[in-house]
Amino acid sequence: MVNEFAFWVIAVITVIPALSLLFARKAVHVAMSIVLVMVGLAAAYIVLAAPFLGVVQIVVYTGAVMMLFLFVLMLVGVDRREDLRETLAGQRWIAVLAAAGVGILLISVIANVSLTLAEPQTGEPDAIAGLLFGPYVLVIEALGALLITAAVGALVLTHVPRLTPKHTQREIAESRVRVGANPVNRPMPGVYARHNALDIPALDPEGNPIDESISRVLEVRHQTIDGVEYRASLPEGERE
Amino acid sequence: MNPIAFVYLAAVLFAIGSAAVLLRRNAIIAFMGVELMLNAANLALVAFSRIHGEIDGQVMAFFVMVVAAAEVVVGLAIIIAVFRARQTISLDEPAELKG
Repeated sequence: MVNEFAFWVIAVITVIPALSLLFARKAVHVAMSIVLVMVGLAAAYIVLAAPFLGVVQIVVYTGAVMMLFLFVLMLVGVDRREDLRETLAGQRWIAVLAAAGVGILLISVIANVSLTLAEPQTGEPDAIAGLLFGPYVLVIEALGALLITAAVGALVLTHVPRLTPKHTQREIAESRVRVGANPVNRPMPGVYARHNALDIPALDPEGNPIDESISRVLEVRHQTIDGVEYRASLPEGERE
Repeated sequence: MNPIAFVYLAAVLFAIGSAAVLLRRNAIIAFMGVELMLNAANLALVAFSRIHGEIDGQVMAFFVMVVAAAEVVVGLAIIIAVFRARQTISLDEPAELKG
């Protein structure tokens, strides 16, 4: 027999956050609700006389797996929008129907079984260890091989080989001279102008503006002003 | 209360997870649906282990957790590799293998 109150608490904190998988818009919200589901499942394991698995669930799922999901979300961009266009017509309703069908099928099968409840045997760590390294020791070895393969596979999949040799500073300078480009760095914007700001071009020794000293990004955003606009913005007495 | 109630809970969670896999386009959310299905299976295993009074079911759930951890590592690496190649994690975009 299990505590009825515990069951209902666990049911609420697993099913309701799990529904965010279907309805939440942002992936981060989904990930945080799944963390709550995992904590609820850990509580369920402890209620079901499996304290070792409850702790492992918290360490592995909430501690490692879901945090890994959050890392990947950060890598690919948290704000990425999901496109809701349907590629297959009516896929949404077919999917809902199929999932509901699976649920109803499972529940109706479970409702038809009658099982007699045996005395509980608590899954303490030493009892689990006795099984793991006794009858199941071959499985443990296979799982070790699987974990190593997975780690190496992840390394191989995310490794980006360098296709071109790395350039040294000297090679960069020499190639600049070779193509006839300006061998020195571009001047900083606004340094010799009367307005020391990023949106004003620097002036060369003859007083002409150097357009390339302004960041290209500011030009694309139309956040620069040229000389005429600048002169017009000055108060009356300062105009030359 | 009979522990079979937890098996019902596992069935509901499994259905929610499968619906998420079928419905969502974001690869990471669909992947979390797979995780939820694995966890629902684990919950059923532990509940049956409690009903039968043997801890073999818990050992099976432990194995499932290890396999799920390996699966998450490889799956997320694939998602990152696809994102690098095409700047998207939508499941509809990579359609080069379609017939």
